[in-house]
Order: sequence, then C-alpha cells, then structure tokens
Amino acid sequence: MKQGPDAAGHFGEFGGRYVAETLMPALLELERAYRAASADPAFWEEFNAVLRDYVGRPSPLYFARRLTGAYGGAKLYLKREDLNHTGAHKINNTIGQALLARRMGKTKLMAETGAGQHGVAAATAAALFGMECVVYMGEEDIRRQAPNVQRMRFLGARVQPVSSGTATLKDAMSEAMRAWVSRVDDTFYVIGTVAGPHPYPAMVRDFQSVIGREAREQALKQAGRLPDLVLACVGGGSNAAGMFFPFLDDASVRLVGVEAAGYGIATGKHAASIGGGQVGILHGSKSYVLQDGDGQVLNAHSISAGLDYPGVGPEHALWARTGRVKYVSITDAEALEAFEDLTRLEGIIPALESSHAVAEAKKLAVTLPEDGLIAICLSGRGDKDLDNILAYKAKESRA
Amino acid sequence: MNRITLMFEAAKKERRKTLVGFLTAGDPGMAVSERNMLAALESGVDLLEIGVPFSDPTADGPAIQAAGARALGAGATLGGIIGMAGRLRAASDAPMILFSYANPLFHRGYERVADEAAAAGVDGFLAVDLPFEEASEFRALLAARSLFFIPLVAPTTPEPRMREILSDAGGFVYYIMVKGVTGLRAEAAPDMKEHIEALRRCTKLPIAAGFGVGNGVQARAVAAHADAVVVGSALVEAARQGRLESLVRELSGALRG
Repeated sequence: MKQGPDAAGHFGEFGGRYVAETLMPALLELERAYRAASADPAFWEEFNAVLRDYVGRPSPLYFARRLTGAYGGAKLYLKREDLNHTGAHKINNTIGQALLARRMGKTKLMAETGAGQHGVAAATAAALFGMECVVYMGEEDIRRQAPNVQRMRFLGARVQPVSSGTATLKDAMSEAMRAWVSRVDDTFYVIGTVAGPHPYPAMVRDFQSVIGREAREQALKQAGRLPDLVLACVGGGSNAAGMFFPFLDDASVRLVGVEAAGYGIATGKHAASIGGGQVGILHGSKSYVLQDGDGQVLNAHSISAGLDYPGVGPEHALWARTGRVKYVSITDAEALEAFEDLTRLEGIIPALESSHAVAEAKKLAVTLPEDGLIAICLSGRGDKDLDNILAYKAKESRA
Repeated sequence: MNRITLMFEAAKKERRKTLVGFLTAGDPGMAVSERNMLAALESGVDLLEIGVPFSDPTADGPAIQAAGARALGAGATLGGIIGMAGRLRAASDAPMILFSYANPLFHRGYERVADEAAAAGVDGFLAVDLPFEEASEFRALLAARSLFFIPLVAPTTPEPRMREILSDAGGFVYYIMVKGVTGLRAEAAPDMKEHIEALRRCTKLPIAAGFGVGNGVQARAVAAHADAVVVGSALVEAARQGRLESLVRELSGALRG
C-alpha cells in the first residue's frame, strides 16, 4: 500500500502535474531537489532536530478518559498536534519545505492559506530561517480569521488579500499559482496540503507522516497494541495523509477520513469532495472535485475554514478508490457538538477542523468493544475559531 | 489540409505576419459574444482563439478572469460554445481553435469533446494546464480527427524540453513571452528574440507569440521575430468598451504595413 506516486506523480489515475508550461520546469526542478534531499540522511536529521527542539515533538498520544466515558465504547486516544508550536500540524510541513527551499538557494517563500493555520506556519518558518514570506488569503477568510492575520503580520509576512470568486481558500490558491508564475525564479511556493501538482502531494505527506509514525509507536508503547481505528479530518487532507500513511500496511487498522458535510451533503452546501464530488482537475492535480455538470468548480461550504475547499489530495482519491481508507462526513452542527464535548470533558479546545474527527469518534465508539482503541488526530487547537463559533451560535439562536 | 496550416502558408507567400485573436466565449452573453467573434474575424483576425471560461483560471490576469466570470454568470457552457463555433464556421473559413483549461474538457470527456469539435469545424485545441506530460490521451484523440493540439512554450522552458514538446506537434507553436499571467504590459519581453531563435532551432512550425500585447506598436515589435502575434486581454477589454473592430484593424494594419 505504501507506494509513492509514479515518476510523473500519478497515484493510480489521480495526481499528476496539470499546470501551465511556465511552471513545469520549476516543478521538475523541485522534484529533483526533493528526491535528492529525501535520500540525504543529513536533511532528515536537521528536519527532525527542528521538529524536536522548536516544534516540540513528539506530540503526546493522550488517553481521553472522560471523553471515552461519555462516548461509551472504545478507548479514545488523541494525537495532540494542537500542542505543536503554532497550534496545529501545519508547522511540520512548513519546516520541511523551508529547509528544502534553503537547500535550493531560494530566499523567498509564498503560501496560500484558508483558516490561516498554514499561513501562520509558513510565516513562522520564514521568520525562523530569515526568509521573506507572502501569504495569499481570501478576504472572507481574513474576516473570519482575524487573529491569524495579525499573527502572520507580526511574524513579518505580508498578507495579500484575494477578492476573486468566493474569496476563500480555493481562490487564494488560484491567486498564489498566478503569482508563482511571475516569481518562479527566486520564490519557493509552500503548499499547505497534500494537493497541488506533483511533487507536492507526496512531499507534504512525507513531512506530515511524522504524525502517524509517532502515533503508531506511542500506541504500541502505551496500549501495547495498534489502534483498531484511526480517524482524521480531511479538507485538502494533509493531517489525515500524515496520520494514515504509516498505518497503511497494518491490515488490522481501519482508517477513516472525515470530510465536512456542512449543512448536509444533500443541501449542496458542503465540502465533501470525495463524498459529494466527481473526478476532476483542479490546482494542478486530478482528484475528486466539487463541480457542476459543465466542469466548473463549485464553492465549498464548511463552518471550518480549514476544510472549506472543493478539492482533496490525489492520494486520498486513490485510497478511496481502493477502499483502504473509508471516507465519511460530519455536519457543521455535529462538529460543534463534538467541539463542546471535548472542551467541557477534557479541557481541550479543539480546532473546528479536528472537531469533525472527534464527532465521527462519537458515532463509532459505541460500535467497538470497551477494550477497543481509537486514535484521533487532533490536528489543531480551536482558539482561532471562537469568534466564528460565537457568530454561528448567534445566527442559529436567531433562526 | 488543416485550415491553420493553409492560413500560415498563405501568409508566408504574401510575406505578412498574422493576427491571432482571443475572445472569451459567452462574454457578456452568448449572442453578443458570437457577434463579437464574427466582427473580429471580419475586421482582420486571421486565427480565432475561442476562450472557454473556467471558474479557476490560474493562468489568467484580471481582464480574462473578469470576462470568464461574466460569461459563466450569463450561463456559458462548453456545449453551447462548441455550438457557437459551428455557427462561426458556417460564416467563415478562418482557422479557429478552442482555448480551455483542462477540467471542462475532461469533465465532458476528451473523446466526446474531440468528436463535437471536429463536427463543428474547429481546427484545434489549446489547453493551458495540460502540459506535454498529461496531454497524450487528448492529443491522440485530436490527431485521429486531424485536429491540432497546439503546444505552449514558456520563457522558462529549456531547449531540450522544447524539443520534446515539439517532437510531433502540428499547426503552430504558442510562445508565452513573459513569466506571468495574461494581461497587458508596457514593456516588451527583453529575452523574446533569443527564445524565439531557440524555438526556430527546434521546429519548423510557425511561431505565434503572445501575453502582454495590446496595440499596433507592440504587435509590430513582436512580429519582427514571430510569425503571428496573439492578442487576448486587450481584445476582451476592447469588446467590453465597444471598440473591438477598431483595435483589430489597428493590430492587423500594423502587421501588414
């Protein structure tokens, strides 16, 4: 199962490099550079040292006793990516890509961001390594995620507002790709998820796989066994890819990816690309895409800005196709309920993204025996979401 | 013989450079758009690029982004655009290509699109985000119907890669003059000449150069090196402002004069 993509970046029929010719030489150069770095033990030594000393890894695998009691079934373990420096898993990837950029002699970083978590993580890596950084962010997300915008600015990044389309992550990524075309000589584009053209999906997965490698070892050490079930939320899919990848060959471990159902798949207002989309080509790769009958990309909806994206990484598309990973979806309301459960019962305020995975655990815990074990990737912390949740609740109570 | 090849051969005999014009189909609505396309052909566009609007135009600047949004807002569809191409073909013998992003073509089905386009009298396709490596299936389907898949070459494309891209290409080569998205620029690309010379070493096909050209003076400067000049954003804007025909005449005149 743990097969990388083929030489041209295909995961089965998915993936590839669907970009303008102007970008192709840069992608080929990036692929060569990543392949060389990947084969160099010194690169990984430095990566691991920064993750340990700066990010604070390994993150704990925490047994959530009270949540387990409330959900009434299998033991629930949380992989605490929320405890990473900057508060989410995104930093694992930006450290990796910034190190690669430095190795390639690039001095400028650029990134797209939805919730702002990846933007903050990219700005943080840029500050750490003394690089310039520009972050493309939709105006709607700038409004929804004001604290992260300020954080990026304090870190020295320039936040470039994007007003096209729905002014969210999809449009920020389109604008970042446009900008990259004109800066391709000296700028490294730090993509925040396992989407985009080859080699990004494989590279980001590799940098994020530290999550699953640690979780696997920790489960064996702490519980004496592998989990029965591993859960992670899926927008573009980077925390899920990193969590799942090291478990792919463990046939006894069920893997479940949780997409955002928004108001419900049937309403059309959702972000479940696998559950409610079709195969298509967006932002450089072939995967599942939310689109209309004429191949125009639709706007996604999720209460969680980080899942509010109409595409998904191509390797997830392959895992869905082969059945190795099962993809389900959770509504805004279910995610909020899980957010409140975890906050009250464990004193952990989860990101709305991660709350989707917790909500699926609430459904599945009772289907397993009490000695069963579920590992949930708690991909980030929820402080950034408080304004957004209050606004949602105010709207609901008026309705 | 394909109309594209015939047109370039005729222009070569007449020792003139040609004008490739791009307009977004369906902007601001299908009926006006069709009239604009015909007017462009009648005023001097030698080869028409019929732009298929896409929701996420990652290679386009503000003018063509906005035109695409207007077209989609007015209900433009790929099926409707191929129908328009068929009507344009009934009125004109000029070569026409469809200029699209990959997903609308993929979603409708490469084979179906190739069949429909051939039946409508379209001469080829240009797919912005379908580079050489991903294009083999669509290229083969087009070739089987005697349609060209027009290759794109950028200023970042090294010569060995040019050779690969052009190894079995037909029609013409589209040279993207600048590292950037579509749209007007005041300055000409400084390295255009050497890149076009490199292209000549790799292919005998006519070379059309585009991105950033908006007036007769710029067109003439590009035509000093290329066989054809592509104008897109400027035509889209001119059409919006009701001065499409005068701009086409200016450009066309500059290439003949």
